[in-house]
Amino acid sequence: MRKDSRLSDEERRTIALISVPFVYALLLLALPLGAIVLFSFWTQDFLDIDTAFTLDNYREALSGPIYRTLIGRSLWIAGSVTAVTVILAFPIAYFVSFHVQPSRKSLWLFLITIPFWTSYLIRVFLWKVILGYNGVLNTSLQGVGLIDEPLTFILYNANAVVITLAHAFAPFAILPIFVALEKIDRSLLEASQDLGESKVTTFLRVTLPLAMPGVVAAVLIVFIPTIGDYVTPRLVGGPNGLMIANMIQTQFLRLNNAPLGAALAIIAMICVTVIALAFVWLNRKWLRSR
Amino acid sequence: MTDLITLQGVNKYYGDYHALRQIDLKIRQGEFFSLLGPSGCGKTTLLRTIAGFEETSSGSLHIDGRDMRGVSANHRPTNMVFQSYAIFPHLSVGENVAFGLRKDPRGKAEKARAVERALEMVGLGGYGGRRAHALSGGQRQRVALARALILEPKVLLLDEPLSALDKKMREQMQVELMRLQRQVGITFILVTHDQEEALVMSDRIAVMFEGEIGQLDDPETLYRRPNSKRVASFIGLMNFLRGRVTEVGAQIEVEVAGLGRCAVPAEQAPAGAAPGDMSIGIRPETLAILFEGETTDRRVVRGMVDEVVYYGDMTYYDVRIEGVEKPLTISMKNLIGRPVLDVGTATRVAWDERSLVLLAG
Repeated sequence: MRKDSRLSDEERRTIALISVPFVYALLLLALPLGAIVLFSFWTQDFLDIDTAFTLDNYREALSGPIYRTLIGRSLWIAGSVTAVTVILAFPIAYFVSFHVQPSRKSLWLFLITIPFWTSYLIRVFLWKVILGYNGVLNTSLQGVGLIDEPLTFILYNANAVVITLAHAFAPFAILPIFVALEKIDRSLLEASQDLGESKVTTFLRVTLPLAMPGVVAAVLIVFIPTIGDYVTPRLVGGPNGLMIANMIQTQFLRLNNAPLGAALAIIAMICVTVIALAFVWLNRKWLRSR
Repeated sequence: MTDLITLQGVNKYYGDYHALRQIDLKIRQGEFFSLLGPSGCGKTTLLRTIAGFEETSSGSLHIDGRDMRGVSANHRPTNMVFQSYAIFPHLSVGENVAFGLRKDPRGKAEKARAVERALEMVGLGGYGGRRAHALSGGQRQRVALARALILEPKVLLLDEPLSALDKKMREQMQVELMRLQRQVGITFILVTHDQEEALVMSDRIAVMFEGEIGQLDDPETLYRRPNSKRVASFIGLMNFLRGRVTEVGAQIEVEVAGLGRCAVPAEQAPAGAAPGDMSIGIRPETLAILFEGETTDRRVVRGMVDEVVYYGDMTYYDVRIEGVEKPLTISMKNLIGRPVLDVGTATRVAWDERSLVLLAG
């Protein structure tokens, strides 16, 4: 090694180690993202791209009622999915953490991940089979005489999207809540009861506040990917269950208007960022209080 | 003093494991009571039974005359200081102390004053706004104490409260707990495996072994007149010698292996002692090494120093005596002019029949 080398051994090693992932991230994340940002300020001119700077795409995306509807619906569906998922995940996580023998907990977590053993696409198709007009659910309900006609509000609309996504993301919500519950010192619950609180008020005053970081994490983990989900609305959403990602795809591939698609993508990203930051801030507040 | 807590024939099983065996116990109003024993003896189970965290398998528990069957922990007139202190990490010190006051009918300002008073009582005045995680171990314990005492329970239960503290802090807290107990006049029940802690703090001590109470007495009686070999060996140091009772009368004639024949007062033997083999216990501090030129009117036996352990203020000698199975441990204060003997030194040991304890088995 030359004495006058400007980099120390350690610095060289660091650069060697991070260079590959850095190039990878640059090529596959930063460049496409940069391209999207650029595209969103350009204009499609039939087959060519007019690279003159313009805000027209944003103007159109923000004023066109169809785009606003889609963004609003995406937010609403993602919010519903998040609410349903987290509300259903909490009791499961609570049960595994508090009522399953310690030696059985890993088995339970293992069972919870079973849905992941099949591909996402196949699971979505399975929901189609379950929720369809002549699907498992409708024939069963008709078979036992609970309904006379098949239910139609469960497939090819927003409800179907919510049901399917809530199922797909359940483990992502269960795990962080489970971890947060596991970390709660059980003597705190006894202390609360010793100080006069019942099981219910102990849950509200001790367990729930201490589980909040896990709940916030679950909300973020479910909300961020669902808002941009494309496959589920496409397969089970019908015309009224489509979300913003479907419109972005349409703009890019069908309508040959990449700049407008790019602008829509950027707007969707900003929405997610704002909401995610709000939750990160909430989480910080919870974490700081301990 | 009236009995505050009465346990009658209390048994506790965990599956096949018999954790508490037929416990009969009366704890008096206003006393500092300790449950002492090695780990796994059931002392914590007994405390948790009183607190209401464990159900008894059979037997009855009364607190202040009320049957506690079916009364859950949140409805019992007891409060507990947990071994881990169980300070709520999401609340401030003041909120921790006020935790149990939710149903208290007093106004907000009055409650705040009560919290401040409770904190002052444990020496944490002005700490109300602090975050719980910023406290040291000793401070956490004080918060736990204030949080329990603010509710003015009939009984304060302390589950090994000092075991997580270092030695200096522990000794300081022992004194403080005693002062606090005298000040508030509440019955304290302390669980500990530290015999010194129990001797220092308690009015009465129940020594527990394998789910049973081996002996229940005040500290001095417990130390001077243990009623069994296991109590004698658990509390302090005790030399055991073989002995044989030859005659039982106003005094008990006993032949002590290696030391000789003597007569001991009847209260130094278990009730109903009969002629036959018995163990003899002698505390190390009741034996004395006679240094060069020292004389005594007590009885003397010859021996040889087998081991020397120097502690600064004290020296512990193990002295081998002909006819005694194990070397006798003798503790000597290092007074002015007293040498520390070397291993192998021939010496004389003074002993006294008044310090012998006869033990069954």
